[in-house]
Amino acid sequence: MEEFTTVSEAAEEGVPAQAEAPVPAVRFENVKYTYDDDEEGTVFAVNGVTLTIRAGEFVAVLGRNGSGKSTLAKLINALLRPTEGKVTVFGLDTADAKKAFEIRKSAGMVFQNPDNQTVASVVEDDVAFGPENIGVPREEIGERITAALEAVGMTEFRHATPSRLSGGQKQRIAIAGVLAIQPKIMILDESTAMLDPKGRREVMDVVKKLNKEQGMTVILITHFMEEALEAERAVVMHRGEVVMDGTPEEIFARADELETYNLTLPRAAYICRRLQEAGMPVGNAFNAEELAEAICASLQKG
Amino acid sequence: MRIVAKGLTYVYNPKSPFATQALKGVDLTIEEGEFFGIIGHTGSGKSTFVQHLNALIRLTGGELKIGDYDLADKKCKVLELRSKVGMVFQYPEYQLFAETVKKDVGFGLKNFRKGISEEEADAAIREALRVAGIDYDEVAEKSPFELSGGQRRRVAIAGVIVTKPEVLILDEPAAGLDPLGKKELMELLHAIHGQWCKTVVIVSHDMDEIAENCTHAAVFSEGRVALCGTPKEIFSRGDELAAMGLGVPVTARAAQIMRGRGYAVNTDFTCDDFVNKVLALYRAENAAGAPAGGTHKESAGGAGDAE
Repeated sequence: MEEFTTVSEAAEEGVPAQAEAPVPAVRFENVKYTYDDDEEGTVFAVNGVTLTIRAGEFVAVLGRNGSGKSTLAKLINALLRPTEGKVTVFGLDTADAKKAFEIRKSAGMVFQNPDNQTVASVVEDDVAFGPENIGVPREEIGERITAALEAVGMTEFRHATPSRLSGGQKQRIAIAGVLAIQPKIMILDESTAMLDPKGRREVMDVVKKLNKEQGMTVILITHFMEEALEAERAVVMHRGEVVMDGTPEEIFARADELETYNLTLPRAAYICRRLQEAGMPVGNAFNAEELAEAICASLQKG
Repeated sequence: MRIVAKGLTYVYNPKSPFATQALKGVDLTIEEGEFFGIIGHTGSGKSTFVQHLNALIRLTGGELKIGDYDLADKKCKVLELRSKVGMVFQYPEYQLFAETVKKDVGFGLKNFRKGISEEEADAAIREALRVAGIDYDEVAEKSPFELSGGQRRRVAIAGVIVTKPEVLILDEPAAGLDPLGKKELMELLHAIHGQWCKTVVIVSHDMDEIAENCTHAAVFSEGRVALCGTPKEIFSRGDELAAMGLGVPVTARAAQIMRGRGYAVNTDFTCDDFVNKVLALYRAENAAGAPAGGTHKESAGGAGDAE
């Protein structure tokens, strides 16, 4: 029977499949944004971005300071509305002021400085702040706090004082505060920048777990190339535009291009490239272990 | 100025339920002319230690000498010391406050050198901004808040080096910058080290940064100096660092794995040196491998698994 399936029938079959395609978590269509109202010589912080992020994706956003990364993030949760073009979050248009509340509930944001994001003097009150504001019933708030603190591994600190926690712990509390609103998208805007390596690891582990186990869509804005390697997709921004988009490995394989956007390779990849340029046949490597492997393999062949 | 600490101790909130001993006897010497790195976890005591160096925290236990300044001496001229030991905190750009860049950079100078003439101050500010890589004519009259983040950090550094300190201490100077910004900032610190401040001390979590830039480094752990030496010496002891919950540079980790496979790379763990040593190893293998075979492993410095 299958042999008789004509091209047109196959195409028809394709149509409903497409229509049933899940709504993307985030969609940018030719989006521009400018901070100045001045008509002449307008500088666009985001300049013609078209981008789709699927639900459940883990995307790293890279780019120099001033490349438009943070503006992009703020356009997603309707803190900013596009000057031109359209941004939708799970199908909701961010330009629609009536939808802003719902959009912000579905797209939570964690910022850079852990000390600027704490509102209460006890951890559980801090986590409760979000759900209280969106009118979650009292009984349910308790459950949400429990779940959120468990998700970030901070259950034992429920009654602790945020100011006495480490940076990594504070950021995990900030993440718990966002989780308590039960968002579908988590945006981290350089949330690991002020942390030490241990704190960074803690936050990255929590974020990866949320992505894997709860299917949370994660948008990670970072300057640490090593962190981007933990994402499944990396997007590079330059002067307000998306200039590269692919798996982190694909992006880092295009070293020359990356350099023109003033970005560097993860150190292991950089060393690898230097060896290759000097004529040593080593395979690509993105971390110390892979680098050692690649070098040993090449030496054994020699 | 040589920095010598002996048995330095410090307790926060003494005689209270929150008493915590941050320093438990720090012995450390930093020679003049070093580009010195201080490594350690949050809570290891490193910040408490560096705040002692310009008497932001007054000595309460042990000995500390900075050049001829003896901080155990009650008559120690602290203000004078502070103009000679400059301190740049984390995210120093958040501490800018004056209406113009010029006033901000001149603030410390005018406090340390009361009665300095306008011309003299202006020349010093101009010079400090130049060293920090900022164009005086372009920004002097601007508000610091009109500048980019990277420029603001440079202005903040200019405000510290303007008194020509002999020792410059920076807590996480490159934190929060993008990769290129980091690289440029480290270049700036080397320029300052060469022509302006004799000794530079950086506190950093980034082991690659320490390996690439420092002449010597100390690892703080639980209020003491656990390891001290050249980056090469320190990062050769990866297991001890791991036990303290600290990592090593990518180069050191790779070298460690390679050693396990019978390839010894005798590197100082800078990228350049690592690349050169690996290439030398590769060339030696190739040169020896083709004609002779047999003995070529010796050049690699270890018994191999080639057969």
